[in-house]
Amino acid sequence: MDEPDGQPAEDEAELVHGAPSALSRGQLVVFPERADYLDLVGLLYDDGYRVCVDLTGADYQPYMERELPAGVTRERFEVVVNLLATDTRRRIRVRVQVPEADPALPSIFQLHPGTEAMERETYDMFGVVFTGHPDLSRILMPDDWEGHPLRKDFGFGRIPVQFKGAPPAR
Amino acid sequence: MTVAETSEGDQELLPKSRTAGVEYLREVGAVLRIPHLPEGIEEVPTDHDTMIINMGPQHPSTHGVLRVMMELQGETVLRCKPVMGYLHTGMEKTGEELTYLQGPTNTTRMDYISPLFNELVFSLATEKLLDIELPPRATWIRMLMCELNRMSSQVVWLATNGMDLGAVSMMIYGFREREMILAFFEKVTGLRMNHNYIRPGGVAVDLPEGWRDDVLKILEVFPQRLDEYDTLLTGQPIWQERTQGVGVITTEECLALGVTGPILRSTGMPWDLRRDQPYLYYDQVDFDVIVGSYGDTFDRYAIRLNEIRESIKIIHQILDKMPQGDYRVQDKKVTPPPRARIDESMEALIHHFKIFTEGFRVPEGEVYVAVESPRGELGCYMVSDGSSKPYRMHIRGPSFVNLQALPHMIRGALIADAVAVISTIDPIMGEVDR
Repeated sequence: MDEPDGQPAEDEAELVHGAPSALSRGQLVVFPERADYLDLVGLLYDDGYRVCVDLTGADYQPYMERELPAGVTRERFEVVVNLLATDTRRRIRVRVQVPEADPALPSIFQLHPGTEAMERETYDMFGVVFTGHPDLSRILMPDDWEGHPLRKDFGFGRIPVQFKGAPPAR
Repeated sequence: MTVAETSEGDQELLPKSRTAGVEYLREVGAVLRIPHLPEGIEEVPTDHDTMIINMGPQHPSTHGVLRVMMELQGETVLRCKPVMGYLHTGMEKTGEELTYLQGPTNTTRMDYISPLFNELVFSLATEKLLDIELPPRATWIRMLMCELNRMSSQVVWLATNGMDLGAVSMMIYGFREREMILAFFEKVTGLRMNHNYIRPGGVAVDLPEGWRDDVLKILEVFPQRLDEYDTLLTGQPIWQERTQGVGVITTEECLALGVTGPILRSTGMPWDLRRDQPYLYYDQVDFDVIVGSYGDTFDRYAIRLNEIRESIKIIHQILDKMPQGDYRVQDKKVTPPPRARIDESMEALIHHFKIFTEGFRVPEGEVYVAVESPRGELGCYMVSDGSSKPYRMHIRGPSFVNLQALPHMIRGALIADAVAVISTIDPIMGEVDR
């Protein structure tokens, strides 16, 4: 099967704009610090990665000792951003570590306005707060829902379904 | 009391008086959601000149349960905001509880108009993690089924878009043609929709006897029918009046908003993952990427119509190239043994039992795989922790992202055009809400 993504050269997989990187099944992944995240996305934007294809999260609560490149602090949450350069037909993935104690990350809305809904979805599902987002509200779950469903400690099928303004049981 | 009752919660469109400065500019800029606003935003009406109404979630032209909050001045849409989540069923959470073999039954229900693409992207992601090579016939079968599915999906779009704009006969024609393809799907997969046919490791069953004749029959009928659509719609003044210059968007705006698929191509940008980042065997077939030039609704109509013609072209080539051989990979750890072997071999029985109860284990890692669905880039981000269930499975639905362009495309349009614009985005709510 052909590689869906452009294969980056082997030697490229070291430092990308000062951030450690790795190859995951042939796909280039960058691991910036939380403080450098916004700058890195901006530098990648200047490199031609003009399209933010996807922004989502992951909760690694049971895997706090997972394998990451040297120099990356493991945190509970990760925000995963897939960027695309249409000119060179290449993709790059940015994985930022977001600590549980302060689950906040700067929004990249100013660079990629298309992430408006994706950041809302990530907030809705993981509770990661995107500072600077124009309208951070729940998007898929009801507004008054408690908890963030895709967190690993959110019970599966154990939460009684509750709706806003539902009539009391007869 | 009354305020509390009529409140829409956090997602409410705020009154103008409570929306200040920059934020207000952005909202006026069509919630343009693009920071650098176009100059010359016309004079802003005050709150009492405008009216906020809801379209949907129960509205025939919202293609499901999309709800659009619109601020109207007379019949002109000023601001609007798509509200979704009415069909949210937690499929990504469910995906974490299903084995890799069960996974496609879940993802296939996301984009229910083109279910095979969802199965395909899930399977490709799993196979990339497993690092297995498929037999050629499996890949060609996948391409055949996906192209047929693309045709049926575009035909459904033509049908519903026709009905939204008042060409009700198109509705009947479109679904008539789709039925031919669905009948073929039923013959191959056993189901008309939600097939669970493309699975990690190949496809569920080989093509049935006589499949080539069935496909040729479809390929014979479709071009005539497409010419009929041309007569019915393309040159018709009313149709042109309703679609030309409606919902215009530019390439830069599309890229900034992450919009892909026919909407991006309608702006003149030839971006099609089948050609630009080939997957399956798309690099071995010859087809054209259809682009528009104005980025309006008519261009998107023409693109979708002509993509059916390109799919026909591709399927003819697939028929010529379809090899003999296995329809799934012969790796006993991934593929269940043939039914006949179970009666005679203890090993086969064990493998069968293990694969269907526990599932096969997938090495640790994470991948993002994208395919070109009829609506745009359909992606799957998958994380495996080495067990038999995905640790995290995220589907990047093209409808979800494309829908975010709605406020921009709809701004300043009449409410009747709003229907045309919603329709031209082709949102499938199952995929938007997942």
